[in-house]
Amino acid sequence: MSAPAPKIRIRGLHKNFKENVVLDGLDLDVGVGESVVVIGGSGSGKSVLLKCILGLLRPESGSIEVDGQEVVGLAGRERDRVLRKFGMLFQSAALFDSLPVWENVAFGLIQGARKGRDQAKEIALDKMAAVGLGPEVGELSPAELSGGMRKRVGLARAIATAPEIIFFDEPTTGLDPIMGDVINDLIIKCVRELGATALSITHDMTSARKIADRIAMLYDGKIIWAGPVAEIDSSGNAYVEQFIHGRAEGPIEMQVRAI
Amino acid sequence: MPILQPIGRTILRFLEATGHLSLFAATAVGHCVRPPIYPRLIGRQMIAIGYYSLPVVGLTAIFTGMVLALQSYTGFARFSAESAIPNVVVISITRELGPVLAGLMVAGRVGAAIAAEIGTMRVTEQIDALDTLATNPFKYLIAPRLIAGLTMMPILVLIADIIGVFGGYVVSIYKLGFNPYVYLKHTIDFVEVQDVVSGLVKAGVFGFLVTLMGCYHGYNSKGGAQGVGAATTNAVVSASILILCFNYFITEMFFAR
Repeated sequence: MSAPAPKIRIRGLHKNFKENVVLDGLDLDVGVGESVVVIGGSGSGKSVLLKCILGLLRPESGSIEVDGQEVVGLAGRERDRVLRKFGMLFQSAALFDSLPVWENVAFGLIQGARKGRDQAKEIALDKMAAVGLGPEVGELSPAELSGGMRKRVGLARAIATAPEIIFFDEPTTGLDPIMGDVINDLIIKCVRELGATALSITHDMTSARKIADRIAMLYDGKIIWAGPVAEIDSSGNAYVEQFIHGRAEGPIEMQVRAI
Repeated sequence: MPILQPIGRTILRFLEATGHLSLFAATAVGHCVRPPIYPRLIGRQMIAIGYYSLPVVGLTAIFTGMVLALQSYTGFARFSAESAIPNVVVISITRELGPVLAGLMVAGRVGAAIAAEIGTMRVTEQIDALDTLATNPFKYLIAPRLIAGLTMMPILVLIADIIGVFGGYVVSIYKLGFNPYVYLKHTIDFVEVQDVVSGLVKAGVFGFLVTLMGCYHGYNSKGGAQGVGAATTNAVVSASILILCFNYFITEMFFAR
């Protein structure tokens, strides 16, 4: 019996910025309903990977399939149709300054799903309640929110259209440990309730261990190790060992000069 | 030869930027005429570009008309041609000063604001967020601004024309001692439809250029606050230069014999 087809299948992905090779033949599978966390150092290309899948960046070569459909080079309505499968929580939440909070959450419902404003607002307030935000927050401007609230609004926006796939870009960066844990719990809850496939990128190992079914490590433009979260402590990979223990000494060398 | 290299590099960079801008403009215009159109956003931009620019454009126009009457008087008095002042004021305002000065003022006010807003959206990933929410940024951000710029600038310039002529009238009547009836008769008799139409065509083109340059520089800004600052400066400078260049070509199109 053949294995079920992955939700996202990436093969031989290459992405350069001039001479700087960021992704160098990356392969990755994300199964249906699976939560995969990609870990890696700052500047290792984690965000670039997400942007290539979403079509925000065009890779030099390689293949990205979503539900068996090639998405590299998609444009127009076909791309919009694929994008409607996705929800994304940005690192900075990327809330629209010009809109009140509820309209940020309802944006995909009004613009993408073409729902009426009243119905969209009702759903938005419902999603906000699911991430622990009261209806009074809905009328605020994003500039009036704290970092943790912004992340929660970003999460509510990501799940508002009940997407099949959700991306989380550094979901706990910049938050205190308690708020980080609240966000992790919300991510687990939302992904489970929606039955969605999740792909997260982070360098926060506490967060990775909590939200992942499987962890993949990105280094030097490739996935150098991937496995179940329970096996990461016994990966036998020197790069993974150094990263998860946060050691300065090891095969991953930081380019620093003497003062 | 080493001396030719920087010249060649500059020319190539200019051609690349021109091509990039042309493609951007073509894409933006395509989205202006293809559905979905966002009437609510267009209305909001019309208010931001048209209504809120009225005070600055009105003040510019009234003082320009007043100075024009005063300067013309001091010059024309030397050869007893004071009676030509109403003609000079109305022709200068409708053909040139109304559209050009309104265009430059709107470039400073609106072009800068558009570049700063869209630039900030770019560097804070809000444009990426729009894209991932299956909303085309060209349709949602750029097309409403271009449509609003193109339609509101002629209305602004028409108002500026009236205010500018009124400024000349006030100075001529209350300071220079003209007869009000004669002044108005000269003004109405002398001005032709083509004078006003040429100014309104210029206004439409300038409105398009100002919003296009604001959107283009904002959309392509990078590098955080410094990048947004540079985008804002470039939007105002490039829009101002383009206004002066296109002013010549449109004038030649209408009035060259």
